[in-house]
Amino acid sequence: MRTDQGSQDVPQPDVEPLSVAPSPEVRQAQEARLMQTWETPRGWRYWSSVNNSDVGIWYTATAFIFFLFAGVLALLMRIQLAVPNNTFMTADTYNQTFTVHGSVMMFLFAIPIFEAIAVLLLPQMLGARDLPFPRLSAFGYWCYLMGGVFLCGSIFFNAAPSGGWFMYPPLTSRYQPGIGADIWLLGFSFIEVAAIAAAVEMIVGTLKCRPPGMRINLIPLYAWYVLVAAAMILFAFPPLIVGSLMLELERAFGWPFFDPRGGGDPLLWQHLFWLFGHPEVYVVFLPSIALIAMIVPTFARTPIVGYGWVVLAAVGTGFLSFGLWVHHMFTTGLPGVSLGLFSAASEAVAIPTGVQIFCFFATLAAGRVTRSVPMLYALGSLMIFVLGGLTGVMVALVPFDFQAHDSYFIVGHLHYVMIGGVIFPMLAGLYYFFPLFDGKKLNDRLGKIAFWLTFIGFNITFLPMHLTGLRGMPRRVFTYQANQGFDELNLISTIGSFILAAGIAVVMWDVIRPKGKEPNSPQNPWGAGTLEWLQEMPGKPWGMRSIPEIDSRYPLWDQPNLQRDVDEGRFYLPDAEEGLRETLVTSVIDAKPQQLLRLPGSSFVPLLSALTTGGFFIFGTYHWWWPAILSLIVATGLICYWLWTGPAGTEAQETKDVGLGLTLPIYVSGPGSISWWAMFITMLADFTAFVSLIFGYFFFWTIHPDFPPDPLQGPGVFWPVLGCGFVLASWALTILSRHWNRTRNATSFYLVLGTAIGLAIAGGAALIAGPWVTGMDPSRHVYPATVWLLVIWTVCHVAIGIIMHVYCLARKIVGRMTARQDIDIVNVTLYWHFAVLTTVMTVAVIAGFPLVS
Amino acid sequence: MRSAIWWCFLLSFLILPGCSGIQSALDPAGREAERIAMLFWWMVGGTAVIWTAVMALGYDCVRARPESFTQRHADLIIIGGGAVVPTVVLAVLLIFGLAMLPGLVAPAPPGSLTIVVDGELWWWRIRYPTSEGQGVSLANEIHLPVNETVEFQLETDNVIHSFWIPALGGKMDMLPGRGTRLALTPTRIGVFRGVCAEYCGDSHALMTFDVVVESRANFDRWLAHQSESAAEPTDELTTRGQQIFLANGCGACHSVRGTRATGVVGPDLTHVGSRLNIAAGTFACEPAQLERWIALTDEVKPGSRMPRFSMLKPDELQAVAAYLKGLK
Repeated sequence: MRTDQGSQDVPQPDVEPLSVAPSPEVRQAQEARLMQTWETPRGWRYWSSVNNSDVGIWYTATAFIFFLFAGVLALLMRIQLAVPNNTFMTADTYNQTFTVHGSVMMFLFAIPIFEAIAVLLLPQMLGARDLPFPRLSAFGYWCYLMGGVFLCGSIFFNAAPSGGWFMYPPLTSRYQPGIGADIWLLGFSFIEVAAIAAAVEMIVGTLKCRPPGMRINLIPLYAWYVLVAAAMILFAFPPLIVGSLMLELERAFGWPFFDPRGGGDPLLWQHLFWLFGHPEVYVVFLPSIALIAMIVPTFARTPIVGYGWVVLAAVGTGFLSFGLWVHHMFTTGLPGVSLGLFSAASEAVAIPTGVQIFCFFATLAAGRVTRSVPMLYALGSLMIFVLGGLTGVMVALVPFDFQAHDSYFIVGHLHYVMIGGVIFPMLAGLYYFFPLFDGKKLNDRLGKIAFWLTFIGFNITFLPMHLTGLRGMPRRVFTYQANQGFDELNLISTIGSFILAAGIAVVMWDVIRPKGKEPNSPQNPWGAGTLEWLQEMPGKPWGMRSIPEIDSRYPLWDQPNLQRDVDEGRFYLPDAEEGLRETLVTSVIDAKPQQLLRLPGSSFVPLLSALTTGGFFIFGTYHWWWPAILSLIVATGLICYWLWTGPAGTEAQETKDVGLGLTLPIYVSGPGSISWWAMFITMLADFTAFVSLIFGYFFFWTIHPDFPPDPLQGPGVFWPVLGCGFVLASWALTILSRHWNRTRNATSFYLVLGTAIGLAIAGGAALIAGPWVTGMDPSRHVYPATVWLLVIWTVCHVAIGIIMHVYCLARKIVGRMTARQDIDIVNVTLYWHFAVLTTVMTVAVIAGFPLVS
Repeated sequence: MRSAIWWCFLLSFLILPGCSGIQSALDPAGREAERIAMLFWWMVGGTAVIWTAVMALGYDCVRARPESFTQRHADLIIIGGGAVVPTVVLAVLLIFGLAMLPGLVAPAPPGSLTIVVDGELWWWRIRYPTSEGQGVSLANEIHLPVNETVEFQLETDNVIHSFWIPALGGKMDMLPGRGTRLALTPTRIGVFRGVCAEYCGDSHALMTFDVVVESRANFDRWLAHQSESAAEPTDELTTRGQQIFLANGCGACHSVRGTRATGVVGPDLTHVGSRLNIAAGTFACEPAQLERWIALTDEVKPGSRMPRFSMLKPDELQAVAAYLKGLK
């Protein structure tokens, strides 16, 4: 059965590949040039590579190593809990262990492995040579590696965080004076920033770097899922980053955001944490189930049934997941009405999840299913995940959650969801996609052995936990007393965990065992229909030999001779004449070619920028403020250098023939350009963080009968409004300078932009003057602390805006920004739109709200 | 299909050996726990049926012949299985489950016994009102009259804890700066166990308490006894124990009503000898255990706020333990 392919309704001229292949000599010369351009650097310079195929491998391997590390911690915990009153670990070690296990699995495995796989596969699936911002992926990877090693390393120095992965204050503020909580807060904020960077890349990559003809209804389901998950990261991570910032300010400077003695409330942390934490579950689940959405059609030999339903369900899950966070807080004494509403919303999310699974079933029914190891894991995943989903329905019901919450029932439930919904799909994906990385298949026999070990071991470990929990065993206990009713159950779980670990060990062996003698896998070994399987075995660093025109969801099935035409360079960009890395940019909906994008090549700048950015966070952890500030300054300088030396706008060439009679511009500015999109998306995340701060302000207003409190002075009206006026004027002049740059009025441009800088400085100073001259002491009460935080947030944005102004001035002076090549000032103006919105809202809240409340 | 049978077998193998236990939510001894347990068993039944049905459908889909599969089948599976059936099932479940909610969160009727529970690091301070208005303070042991709804006022001035007596009902968090409350109605006489369910630091695992459900008459007798001052030492050993207790500054943190010891930091020890367990359920209240506890506090209970009294000689420890055990 074929579903609608949707290609009939839009009258688009169907582009055909060259009818005659270029001669072998031409092809050889093209391949030589492509190889030279995309070649992976050798020796120590290998680490300067930014190609997605290299970065993706590092990323995946690192995430897998962190997974194994956290898995070993889990085994240690199971040893400790095997028998009652065990003394294998001390309480403190155990508490560090479960904290690090949870945090590493979530922040250093689940999220990064999604990004890693996406970095590796997305360009291939989208017929692109690379992601739109290769250096950003590399930067994200290095940040992740540094932050991860820093965090995991802490446990060897007995300095790891021990507040749980959820870090509830006041335990983590006043009661854990050690460095552990700071390592958690700053280390993970660092990694979260990198995750947001990766999300920006995924979104822009999916929206703008598709092959011509791959309209929005033709993109592979994996890309849809990645798009949804990346968009969720944009809105889910900022609340946690803001929460971490507040908690760190409380720890370091005593700003009492979560301390009731200063008017704060520990429940605010829980809201911010779970506003992140619940969507996070779907952020890791969706891209994993996406692998199944790719695997099922391949082995059913038929297109997915209900493509539209799957997309709709994925988007629906994404939306709904932001409305359920309170189900982690059902026992905090919230009013019954809220409990009921959030309970119903939590149940509702089962519906889109179910729709996806039933679409897979329908696909299996529509095709003739071939047996394979990836399918085995996929079906095993569904068996486990459905049970995890059903226990999820149980705990989402408030009355039952009163009992189950924070008991081992939840430990069982969450591992059914996470291992069934993330690990098993990943393993299915590993067996499925492995030939793309290595050119070799994994061993079927080992795969089956590993499957049965993991599947049986998993169920023996986690199924009894449901009962353990209802017999009254709370979570996160380092020991328990004998004869309470859970001795045998715990022993069974421990035995199961080692069987599970044996299964993972077999997988690991299969991956790392030398495969030199084995023949390469044939091209497209599973007979799949999607573009990533065009790859030669083993892959070449350039990815696609030529970028095809697509008019089907499963082009390898539906477009005759596609493999031959791509491999012979009969499509777009078969060559790299100038020795520069290139890929195509297309329009968001219809994927019409818009631009020839020049990509940056190998460089150490991402690595160095990550090192210095990491330095800021790591020195900050130890409260070594001067090295931290120095690192920040160097990092800022490096990032400016990185942008300055970027490939855009350095060539004299205006357009280029990309083949098949198509000529595309090389330089694009404004909403058509990928950097405009990246700025816009980044600012959405930034603005979400700001809204979380505002949420904090009004949260305090709802819990206090008098907020702002009466005897405490506010920042007044004069200074904030004056500051706001200056910033508004600076913003207006920024827009004007963009205009005068376009109309080639250089003098006016310099004058206006110079004035804008002055006004912005004055604006920032006036904003600070508000709380400063009224003597607001942020350590005294949560009100001045919140006002100060809003002001500092805003002033930082103005300061970054000033750096951007100066950057534009410098670009103009040296001639790198011209009337036509104006992407710098265009993007800076976009930034300023958000900065000014932030300023206006801050002033409205800190100066305006006290007047009306 | 075979795997489904295997699963059912495994499930029953794990669940049937008994849900009993003094800490079990599936062996209810209270009205709230009974209701939730009933809800649970209904949901377990539903889950088993749904899981089996979904797996059977999946199996069928894998085996199905593509020739016989039409768009109508696809719509039936996706819309019926994915949207319609779950919507109906979830709606029924929500109506059934949430209808139970008001009864579970309602406060106890006016005039009910109100017990104040403070979450400490890592023990429970229990305060009963008495007719004299003074109130009785004890630690880690709650006595309740059977078949009466009791209101718990849950407080903490340190970290977040969660008050959970699985056999009697659901849990409720204790949040600094926000008092919470919980009403429970025990229906069966017996001794049960409560725990802290929210991770609260080092000795979170060793923060349990005993719940004694007894007849109203026994309860009244117990409460009257608890409001009395401490028993005077009767023999030489316990007299010496009291002297050592007072001389070593124990009274700075602990109260023994009727003596100079009036500290409020640690548990009130006026009737410590009558308790079932000490150190928040860590040990049975026996002289040997008391000795070990006093000498090695943070070794046996990590992070304990009470300093070690290892400088006391063995005979001194013995005397103090005997004195405390005598405080019935």
